[in-house]
Amino acid sequence: MSETSRPEPLAAREAVDEYFIENRHRVLDVAAFLDRLDRSGGDWRSDYRMDALVRAIAVLGEPGAGRAQRIQMIFSDPTVEPKPRLDQKAARGAWDPASEKGA
Amino acid sequence: MDYIEMHAHMVSRTTDDYTQMALMGCAAITEPAFWAGWDRSTADGFDDYFRQLTEFEPKRAARFGIKHYTWLCLNPKEGEERDLARAVVRRIPRYLDHANVLGIGEIGLNRVTRNEIETFKDHVALALEHHQMILIHTPHLEDKHKGTRTIIEALQSFPNMDPARVSIDHAEEHTIEMILDNGFWTGLTLYPQTKVSVARAVDIIEMHGADRIYVDSACDWGHSVPAAVPQFVMEMRRRGHADTLARKIVWDNPIAFLGQCPKFTPPVFAHAV
Repeated sequence: MSETSRPEPLAAREAVDEYFIENRHRVLDVAAFLDRLDRSGGDWRSDYRMDALVRAIAVLGEPGAGRAQRIQMIFSDPTVEPKPRLDQKAARGAWDPASEKGA
Repeated sequence: MDYIEMHAHMVSRTTDDYTQMALMGCAAITEPAFWAGWDRSTADGFDDYFRQLTEFEPKRAARFGIKHYTWLCLNPKEGEERDLARAVVRRIPRYLDHANVLGIGEIGLNRVTRNEIETFKDHVALALEHHQMILIHTPHLEDKHKGTRTIIEALQSFPNMDPARVSIDHAEEHTIEMILDNGFWTGLTLYPQTKVSVARAVDIIEMHGADRIYVDSACDWGHSVPAAVPQFVMEMRRRGHADTLARKIVWDNPIAFLGQCPKFTPPVFAHAV
């Protein structure tokens, strides 16, 4: 690895100063989204995508680095075998455990 | 800062996009063959598309001083249809001698099905048979980790595959390590929602370094931003990172990878800002 290839991150205080406002905005957007779902009155928690999202949000409060990677894996298909056939054209953002039962 | 756009589907973009990209310093574009958003019904449809990529689009880009290169394939989104895939793969060799064809791409997987894997392997075999470089699409969202792992295993089943001549694009936090550790090049695709943001791309550079990594916009007919690579350069500056490092990622690395194809002519870096 060349010396110039892995740059140092900003110091913590500098990073907070630079990025706090936009991340405050992001957290509020997520909170408002969950409020919106509650106001809808429906059972959104049983949706596999929302189950994954709630588990991902919990990772934000965990200590230590690697949160982005851990959240990526929460949303990811953990299976190894290829699908026998195409089930749908597009990904939906989170793995559906029920999809394996119908495979 | 001048840059090379490593992944853009310009057939889906407007002339105004070409204008803006030229103004921002885009010197060259590589355009992989893509899914049109709907399935083509015949191999003849691909002939027309390949003519567009090899004959029409380079002339369109040249009007803006941008050099246009391309990669040819049947895109993973259509890889499930084996008969169509075989027919298209048989037609690709007749286009490989075109001056702007860099290799085979963007091949890969979509939902990681058995047929998609066979179609992917057909393309890899074609590339190796004709000594072509390879550009790979990794699946979206929940399919990315499994798909990237499957792609790497499939590539490694070819004994004469040289990872230095293969780029595995659309890497994210959970896939970049397996790509780089196995000797491949990789791209970070800067998307508004479904891939990485410019901030996360710079995070990844800080964690993994900048060797064998570039960034691209992958702008197409969906939500995507032709200005994404210049926005990445701005994010690098926001973090206080040296322009020499930004230049390595948006210029030097692309030239190092693409320069392995004798048809690629490195453009001249003209503008520092």
